[in-house]
Amino acid sequence: MTITDEIIDYVGILAKLELSEDEKEQAKKDMSNMLEYVSKLDELDTSNVEAMSHAFPVKNVFREDVVTNGDDRENLLANAPEQKEGCYKVPKTFD
Amino acid sequence: MDIMSLTAVEIGKKIKNKEISVVEAASACIDRIEKLEPDYNCFVTVVDKEVILENAKKIQADIDSGKLTGPLAGVPIAIKDNMCTEGILTTCSSKILSNFVPTYTAEAVLKLKEAGAVIVGKTNMDEFAMGSTTETSYYGITKNPWDINKVPGGSSGGSAAAVAAEEVPAALGSDTGGSIRQPASFCGVTGIKPTYGRVSRYGLIAYGSSLDQIGPIAKDVTDCATILETICTHDDKDSTSYDKAADKFTEALVDDVKGMKIGIPRDYFAEGIDEDVKNGVLEAAKVLEEKGAIVEEFDLGMVEYAIPAYYIIASAEASSNLERFDGVKYGYRTSDFTDLHNMYKKSRSEGFGPEVKRRIMLGSFVLSSGYYDAYYVKALKTKALIKQAFDKAFEKYDVILGPVAPTTALGVGESLSDPLKMYLGDIYTVSVNLAGLPGISIPCGLDKNGMPIGLQLLGQTFDEKSIIRAAYAYECTRSYERPKQLSERGL
Repeated sequence: MTITDEIIDYVGILAKLELSEDEKEQAKKDMSNMLEYVSKLDELDTSNVEAMSHAFPVKNVFREDVVTNGDDRENLLANAPEQKEGCYKVPKTFD
Repeated sequence: MDIMSLTAVEIGKKIKNKEISVVEAASACIDRIEKLEPDYNCFVTVVDKEVILENAKKIQADIDSGKLTGPLAGVPIAIKDNMCTEGILTTCSSKILSNFVPTYTAEAVLKLKEAGAVIVGKTNMDEFAMGSTTETSYYGITKNPWDINKVPGGSSGGSAAAVAAEEVPAALGSDTGGSIRQPASFCGVTGIKPTYGRVSRYGLIAYGSSLDQIGPIAKDVTDCATILETICTHDDKDSTSYDKAADKFTEALVDDVKGMKIGIPRDYFAEGIDEDVKNGVLEAAKVLEEKGAIVEEFDLGMVEYAIPAYYIIASAEASSNLERFDGVKYGYRTSDFTDLHNMYKKSRSEGFGPEVKRRIMLGSFVLSSGYYDAYYVKALKTKALIKQAFDKAFEKYDVILGPVAPTTALGVGESLSDPLKMYLGDIYTVSVNLAGLPGISIPCGLDKNGMPIGLQLLGQTFDEKSIIRAAYAYECTRSYERPKQLSERGL
């Protein structure tokens, strides 16, 4: 299928990526090549096949909701690009 | 005696017998790393010498007091840089994690540490494990010890090259579509991708969560089985962890394949496979047959649909998993932004490399409304058919035998220009991840250019023992081949 500028812009929003004009052109090419290639799957009749998310049966795993890890605030915050008063600092989101 | 030419288990034995000390082994490892790294760049981070030696002394004390008795006690080991290590930089070979120091350790690494292994560093990889050459790393390419102008494979290229170059006796890698087996093959060493669910993924930075598995890379099958036995445990912190994950894999180190049924998929040798690779692999099959295995060819089916299904599923999962990198809690944040969303977008766009962006874009697209059924659901249905094809094969055979990759290691820069061409090299490995099966890659000779060829053995889910036994029996017929170029270069 043809990948239009609109599709690339839309996918950019979903992917939270800001692509330069050159990158967009490249992405259009790469994505349409890839989609053309994966369209090989259309050869398969899968009308009676159930989608498989896990290769073998897995069931939900439950446990008591007990806290086992300790307070590690300082070390965790040490990885933050910006922090303030024991919290992660982000740009202003509303006025 | 050259400590670094030994296997992990051999080093462990010598330490146990007090022929060498843990500090001596660690020092030999550090010296070798310091000497070779400028040329090979297998590591993103090498742990501080003082820290390693301090740790080595503690482990020696625990061995002396009888607290540590296992085969890996005191053995230096490297970890792929996508596994969290408390207090040690963990980058996933990406700019976006260039300053990330985890506050906890991945379960598999923890198991190695509990067994007394000495963690010496974090190995280079394709950025977020996306690639087959280790060339997409933000921290420079890793060179293949067999030929410095060739890639080591990927994405666990740093781990495989470090083992081949004898910078470490063994390393952990991770395999989402071949990332342990293919670099092991390209570097002439051995690697196991366990059944999905065997090794806890807790602390493994996720790429494709339904496909990712951690596994060992080492010089021989004994080392791989020993490490696997150490890291396979049931873990409450990973909801897909298998409740009977632990097993005695070393019991399968038996030189006997009499009566073992081995199937060779005819469709693996149809087209695109290098002649030398084909001959090398079929020669190995003959060896197993001579040792009493029943070897026959069969049609596996679905082979050509594995790559398209894999790239849809892996990219979809990646686009979701990599959403967490937003410049808020850890990692890189852009210095120049207007508002929150602009900060997210710019941090991600500046922090991720081209291959990662390509897969996030593709993944976001195939999951988007209007295309979800046509691509993502279609791929999951294809996955079901691939699993069926393997199930049918394993009704007849104990082990499936084939190549790891259609070629030996490619030249540096050869595959980056054409991503699709690079993806096609994964034809024999990705289906194994889709079906959740265990696979082993072991060296089976050299091609006309003197580059190692890899033999791949696949087993039914949770039957690592059959592939370990077959691989071990094959390995018993030959001796470990060290990269000739190392000797030629005086290393």
